[in-house]
Amino acid sequence: MSYYFTVLSPTDVPLFNIAFGTSKSGGDGIARFRFPDTAQYMNQFIIHSSLDVVEEAQWMNGNMYLKHIDTYPPASAYISAFLTPSGARFLLLHQPPQLPTNASSATTGSSSLLGSSFSGSAGSSSRASASSVAANPTSPQTEEAVRQFMTEVYENYVKTVMSPFYRQGMEIKSSVFRSKVTAAGRKWL
Amino acid sequence: MTQPQPPRHAAMLSISNGGSSLAAAADKQQPPQHLHTQSQSSQGLRVPSNRKTIYDRHLNRSRNAELSRASFAFLFAEMVTYAQRRVTGIQDLEKRLNEQGYPLGLRLLDLLFYRTMSSSTSSSLSSSSTSSSPPNRPLRILPLLHLIHGPLWRLLFNRPADALEHSVSPETPNEYMITDNDPLVNTYISVPKEMNMLNCAAFVAGIIEGVCDGCGFEAKVTAHNQPTEMWPGRTIFLLRFGESVMEREKVLERAGVK
Repeated sequence: MSYYFTVLSPTDVPLFNIAFGTSKSGGDGIARFRFPDTAQYMNQFIIHSSLDVVEEAQWMNGNMYLKHIDTYPPASAYISAFLTPSGARFLLLHQPPQLPTNASSATTGSSSLLGSSFSGSAGSSSRASASSVAANPTSPQTEEAVRQFMTEVYENYVKTVMSPFYRQGMEIKSSVFRSKVTAAGRKWL
Repeated sequence: MTQPQPPRHAAMLSISNGGSSLAAAADKQQPPQHLHTQSQSSQGLRVPSNRKTIYDRHLNRSRNAELSRASFAFLFAEMVTYAQRRVTGIQDLEKRLNEQGYPLGLRLLDLLFYRTMSSSTSSSLSSSSTSSSPPNRPLRILPLLHLIHGPLWRLLFNRPADALEHSVSPETPNEYMITDNDPLVNTYISVPKEMNMLNCAAFVAGIIEGVCDGCGFEAKVTAHNQPTEMWPGRTIFLLRFGESVMEREKVLERAGVK
């Protein structure tokens, strides 16, 4: 599983972004996207294109964690969103690892048509080698793991915001913040 | 739970007396040369010598701590004096106070949610219930006003505000009023006669404005004196929501969002 995480200000300015891979079930924490040549800009493109969905969902649902909100089937990219009360958006793109060709076609088929957790978990039992978090982006376990990750990042974000030298909309450059996000990713994803 | 905290000024003290304490801190973790190169490589980011950055401090540490009222009064008096420099009139002065409060409101909003969230999860851990729901972001005007009237006021002043009203005039359905009978910020301020329109609670109005804006409710908030016999310092905070907010409010009402 590879991840791309980004923090956007209320006015859509990117404040922070990071790409990392899973550390669960023997992962080494390095992102391996399916299309490495184009991943750098495509990830940003996919993640920003989900903002429309976020803005629709944010007035229908008062939760801070909006769960899985958008899917981009060509890259099998799943996007989860978390909103801070002051309007910053945390978006996480997750991409399951590339599987053998017959399995990968099944993944894209199920993800684009049935986003339900049931079909996702049924798929995982057949692919028992991968861990539950890595293989099913829409399963309840994954939602919970992402929620934990988002909550931990939120804590660090609040600490950043409370700093008197930080103004809303400023890029977050702190290396400590980056390492904290990496640690949260290692812990939960 | 309660660990002995290092004194507040530990970081400052160890910086000011230079080499000795730095070496002592380095002894614990790594050789001094390594420490030196690391600080150079991190692009001028100064890490306190006890290695406690703001990210290592707990946000709930000062949750129940209370600030000395005298020091607050002193600080606020200085803020008013600072705002009063080179202003053209009372409105200008109030605008400046409002601008000082605004960023505070944005910050408090995040802090408030973080604290209610962390307390709700910890209480659910003890009762081992799975349905712990973190607080919801306010989507409509009324929940937002309740958030300001209750939790925000308690966070700031340790008590809820005294009243919450909606404008009765049909021409101004976008106006709401929050009343504080005796605002803490005005306790030690006596306004000169020639400036009797001034209300220094404009600072609090700025905080409210920051909270509203942060939640996505564009608003103008002003503080007005409205003394009664019993409460000579009674202040009314007038919240005027923008067109876009009122339009959205109608759409959400039709959609049945609470």
